[in-house]
Amino acid sequence: MKKLIILTFFFTHFFVAAYAGQAKPISDDPALEARLKAMSQELRCLVCQNSTLADSDAPLAEDLRKEIRTQMRAGKSDQEIVDYLVARYGDFVRFRPPVNNATAILWFGPFLLLFVGGFVLYRVLKKQAREGDIRAKDE
Amino acid sequence: MNRTLKFLIPLALFLVAVGFLFKGLFLNPREVPSPLVGKPAPTFTAPILGEAGKKFNSKDMQGQVWLLNVWASWCAACRDEHPLLMQMAETKRIATYGLAYKDVDADAQQVLIAMGNPYNKVITDADGKIGIDYGVYGVPETYLIDKAGVIRYKHIGPLTPEVLLNKIVPLLKELGV
Repeated sequence: MKKLIILTFFFTHFFVAAYAGQAKPISDDPALEARLKAMSQELRCLVCQNSTLADSDAPLAEDLRKEIRTQMRAGKSDQEIVDYLVARYGDFVRFRPPVNNATAILWFGPFLLLFVGGFVLYRVLKKQAREGDIRAKDE
Repeated sequence: MNRTLKFLIPLALFLVAVGFLFKGLFLNPREVPSPLVGKPAPTFTAPILGEAGKKFNSKDMQGQVWLLNVWASWCAACRDEHPLLMQMAETKRIATYGLAYKDVDADAQQVLIAMGNPYNKVITDADGKIGIDYGVYGVPETYLIDKAGVIRYKHIGPLTPEVLLNKIVPLLKELGV
């Protein structure tokens, strides 16, 4: 029994220690960490595609955060760093896709649908109003 | 407006939308088109596995068509494509270089001893920096690089005989290999 308690103690502490090691912030510069956090919330982790680079625990996300930190320390602007990532992983890394030929339908499609829908609704209502008038006259 | 037309236009639009969605069912969301295809391959210099002190310089590959296969000993899917790489190596048709991505040298060597070595050389990328430059996000990945050093094709995931026959072999023919 005593042996078991010691073993349990050993294992729980071992795992807690391992976890604590993982959660440790890497940089001690709070301004830089805040900038990294703001930026990585706009970026997609390509390994687990629906989470942001800020939230992901994937090794690649860790590497990319490290790379972003290095570039921030080197004085690169946010735009330069995003361009660096887009050049390698494509527009897909950005949660807000840029407006270009490939994404035009994504950006303007809903407005187009709204316009078409509005037009159809206008026509139908007008027609109904006209028919209503006719019926009113007949009665 | 004609009554039939009024019925047919929305139906046609609906069918087009269904067609796109149906196609979407069979797309792999993990296959993100690489912006690097058609662009010069990033250049790098890195240690060669098992050849202490020697460096591989990607610029030395100019004038050759070659495959860069990103793999790792910890990657299970890489073992799936390994037999195919071995078969390709036997034909000696195309120079294939391995990139041991975020791997421990000894582990990578162990795999090559156990399963055979299909690579002309294996380059090591212990910290994954070369991987980032190539936009690697899931191993295995394979790049086909032409004589001018331009990436012509990228395959994400294990190579299959279909990919080899339908994509890589036609490209090799086009590139005169």
